[in-house]
Amino acid sequence: MSKAGPASVEFRNVSMRYGAVTAVDTVSFAIEAGQLVTLLGPSGCGKTTTLRMIAGLEIASEGEILIGGKDVTHLSAADRDVSMVFQSYALFPHMSVMENAAYGPTVKGFAKAKAQEMALEKLALVGLKGFEKRYPSELSGGQQQRVAVARALVLEPQVLLFDEPLSNLDAKLRRRVRQEIRDLQQSLNLTVAYVTHDQEEALAVSDKIIVMSNARVAQQGSPRELYEAPADAFVADFIGDANLLDVAITSVTDGRADIALGPARLNLPARGLAAGPAKIAIRPHSLLVSEPGLPNGLPGIVRKSSYLGNHVDLIVESPVGELFVVSPDTQRPRAAGDSIALAFAETGLVLVP
Amino acid sequence: MRASTRLALLIGWLGYVLIPWYLPQDGSLAGYPFGQAGTALALVLSGASPWLLPIGLALVAASLLVGREERPWIGRSLVWIGLLGLIAFFAQGFAITLPDQGIPWLAALFGGAGQAQPGMGFGALMTLFSLLLMMCHGLAYRGYCRGDLFTTSAIGIVVLLIGLFVFYPVATILQSALVESDGTLALASFFERLLSPTIWGLGCLGGGTNCGVAWNTLILAVLTGVITTLLGLACALLVLRTRMPGKRLMRAMTVLPIITPPFVIGLALILLFGRSGAITGILAEWVGIPRSRWIYGLPGVLLAQVLAFAPIAFLVLMGTVQGIAPSMEEAAQTLGAKHWSTFRTVTWPLLRPGLANAFLLGFVESMADFGNPLVLGGNFEVLSTKIFFAVVGAAHNQGQAAVLAIVLLAFTLGAFWVQQRWLGTKSYTTVAGKGDSGIPAMLPTSAKVISAVVIVPWVLLTAVIYAVILIGGFVKAMGRDHTLTLEHYRTGFAIDFSNGIFFEGAAWPSLFTTLKVAAISSPLTALIGLITAFLLTRQHFAGRRTLEFTTMLSFAIPGTVLGVAYILAFNVPPVEITGTGLILVLAFVFRNMPVGVRSGIAGLAQIDKSLDEASMTLRARSFTTLRRVVLPLLKPALITALVYSFVRCITSVSAVIFLVSAEYNLATAYIVGRVEAGEFGLAIAYSSVLIVVMAVGIALIQVGVGERKLGRRAVPVPKPKAPKQTARLTKPAVEAAK
Repeated sequence: MSKAGPASVEFRNVSMRYGAVTAVDTVSFAIEAGQLVTLLGPSGCGKTTTLRMIAGLEIASEGEILIGGKDVTHLSAADRDVSMVFQSYALFPHMSVMENAAYGPTVKGFAKAKAQEMALEKLALVGLKGFEKRYPSELSGGQQQRVAVARALVLEPQVLLFDEPLSNLDAKLRRRVRQEIRDLQQSLNLTVAYVTHDQEEALAVSDKIIVMSNARVAQQGSPRELYEAPADAFVADFIGDANLLDVAITSVTDGRADIALGPARLNLPARGLAAGPAKIAIRPHSLLVSEPGLPNGLPGIVRKSSYLGNHVDLIVESPVGELFVVSPDTQRPRAAGDSIALAFAETGLVLVP
Repeated sequence: MRASTRLALLIGWLGYVLIPWYLPQDGSLAGYPFGQAGTALALVLSGASPWLLPIGLALVAASLLVGREERPWIGRSLVWIGLLGLIAFFAQGFAITLPDQGIPWLAALFGGAGQAQPGMGFGALMTLFSLLLMMCHGLAYRGYCRGDLFTTSAIGIVVLLIGLFVFYPVATILQSALVESDGTLALASFFERLLSPTIWGLGCLGGGTNCGVAWNTLILAVLTGVITTLLGLACALLVLRTRMPGKRLMRAMTVLPIITPPFVIGLALILLFGRSGAITGILAEWVGIPRSRWIYGLPGVLLAQVLAFAPIAFLVLMGTVQGIAPSMEEAAQTLGAKHWSTFRTVTWPLLRPGLANAFLLGFVESMADFGNPLVLGGNFEVLSTKIFFAVVGAAHNQGQAAVLAIVLLAFTLGAFWVQQRWLGTKSYTTVAGKGDSGIPAMLPTSAKVISAVVIVPWVLLTAVIYAVILIGGFVKAMGRDHTLTLEHYRTGFAIDFSNGIFFEGAAWPSLFTTLKVAAISSPLTALIGLITAFLLTRQHFAGRRTLEFTTMLSFAIPGTVLGVAYILAFNVPPVEITGTGLILVLAFVFRNMPVGVRSGIAGLAQIDKSLDEASMTLRARSFTTLRRVVLPLLKPALITALVYSFVRCITSVSAVIFLVSAEYNLATAYIVGRVEAGEFGLAIAYSSVLIVVMAVGIALIQVGVGERKLGRRAVPVPKPKAPKQTARLTKPAVEAAK
């Protein structure tokens, strides 16, 4: 019985190549024991391949993978103490819920009664007691997902992996299930690696997010770090929406930069940048809609306006380009053609290299 | 060293020390453990066969590793021990064979110059197996195939089997065509034979003498391909695109060629249209058309092949027609295309890959067909019959047979190559998982009429043929004397109950042998086929594509060629098994293996790969995954593989007609013998018995393997996912057919 508890995962310069294609390129990161870490990125960025390398379903072409401090780079999936919840759930269609959940202990050689007891415990944990005799095809999508989670939990693995577990659920259910996964992870003190392309999902559940782009790690850090201090334009755009604009840094004093953004002047943390051209990321809700003629604001004309209940999405034409603005003012929605000015909020503006 | 490697080593020692190394003559163990029934160890120690010593040394070296900690060098040593052992094994086997044969310099190197040894037996087989496993396990220790012992061993075994029982025999044909019996290279006589006018002559163009067999074969194959394709197309369109009555009957017809021995059609045609055939008689008496022998020759063979193979084209094209999404035709119609122009501009172009595929299938089947040309050919010779007569005829010219086999092989491999290159495997895929809820366009009226005109005579003729097969065995002599009789069945299948049960009928021995061989070889075929399919689709290893191509390649080897290859290769040591039942089993297993591989690949394609991966992450190894997850889901594919290999064992003629012996005769070979002797009544009676036997066998297999339970609710689940999953798990009909 592997009561080993949660283990850390470490990648040291790991690459995965399929012939000429590099799916994962010299990636290094560490997942601390008992943390939930998300691998986030657009499709094709290598995040699923990275997850499958943790599982042992792909063997890395280069580099080292450590689980719990032990080198497992060349171990097969069956030899690693890692379980995985698949995107398609991968429930065995010819086995009942009980047989699915008891599969791990059964093939590991536990007696049938013991295996069923272990399975039942985890099925109860995910709230599926009483469904043991059903077959996967007789369950709803959400229930199938819980069976997959229970099955992965039964062997109490050192690391639990989720490959886009919510992509087959509808929007409302997604919100609930992701919170359940987070609760489960915290109450059982599990190490979890979680793949998703949905940044909101990642922000909601993670201790740490690893953003991947083009087979490399773009940035890793806590949700707050990524949102407030994105390492580059890609991260700024991918985590939450952002207007990415060209600016000129006129001078830098005491770590703060004076910036010229069209007619407006701003003073922001320089983040190590020197005077010269740079980029700024402005969150859509950090552009505040005001009346025209505002000092140190950006004049603009509303091009499109969509009412969305709790806020209004605006496309505003300004001297620095087209801007995406989210306005909380639903009482006086601006119409297309209105002249306005945009002021800047205290937060949500950041220079990116 | 892991436990399973120790077991492999133990098997090797058993084979080397305890079990007789050579195949004992007549099963006698006289002189054990020396002489003919000797074990390898005893033969080495007594100095009788010093060349077996290196193999023993490999086992000793491997034994030194037992009980050691698993280190990288252990794996490397095991690979080398296994590899060198295998090299020593095959080198001595091929160097020292019959007196004055083999490879003299190599034999001298082994200390066996001028010596001879008999064919290898079970001891040798076990040792070979052990050495192979040791090499494969060593590779797994080194991390190949994710370090999975089962995977590397399975790959090793499959490669060895294909090498030994497909490649080696075919290579032997090449060798016997190129090399004289005294061992000298004879290119001149090879080219003389290859380019001889009996093969390539064009005499028939000038009128007068016959054309060469190559041209005969080619013309016949092209005609058969074209006609079966057109018939199949007409039939598929009528069934799927009209409200024609009798559709179920038409579909049922597609099963017929599967359970009909190929020459039976030819036989029935003789009974109908031969000089004293039933229809010939009617025409002669009522219309005054003189009796003639027109059926013997190209027209008869062509007619028989068209009747036999058109249902295959029908099946392929039905898949293609079904695969055309109705939405495409509907799109054309919403864009203003009329019935006929929709058919011409959308439906027809989409049909083309299927047509090409159906043509190539008919072409290859016709080339490989042996039974019909043998029965109906007359003076019209094709390659497969010419090969037969070169081997068994008065000339007994194996070199000639080998050259003819090479020509035939070149033709079929060429067609196979064209099919692979040009069409890929795409045209076999049928309906995609997407629900496409359009209504297929109905056939334009003109096309309907043409199709119906073509179809009706064909269906009628097929019905008459099968009626003849059914009735023929119960009348004295079809066409001449139609008094009802059980005489033919009595000759063949009489059982004497007076003194216990005694099977006195003449046909019993061959029927029993056939059933025995089929019962042994079809599970083996299914096993090897499905394991190969598993390796090809679910594992990554160097040379996977080559292995895939090779297994598919053996599909293209005509039975006649395989039969000739087997007698040439397995008539002499190191593998001397002609005249035994074993060679029949092997011939069937490796001739039918592609069927198992194909149904396995088709079945596995429908099982999501993440199921295997889920099993792996739950600590199951490949073998456990295969047994617990893949095999239960593969039951339909297993049934297909079992049924087809069983049926093909019973109906096949071409591959085994060379391999049967007095002791091990097969039903088809017996029937062909009866036809040649003119005993049509017994032949046709036996054929209908075979058809019944196959139907019963298929039913037994289906009951035995059982249903795949997926616990579906009776009421369809109204989830968007449900139909997708159903589609994924349903067998595509066409894949099953080939």
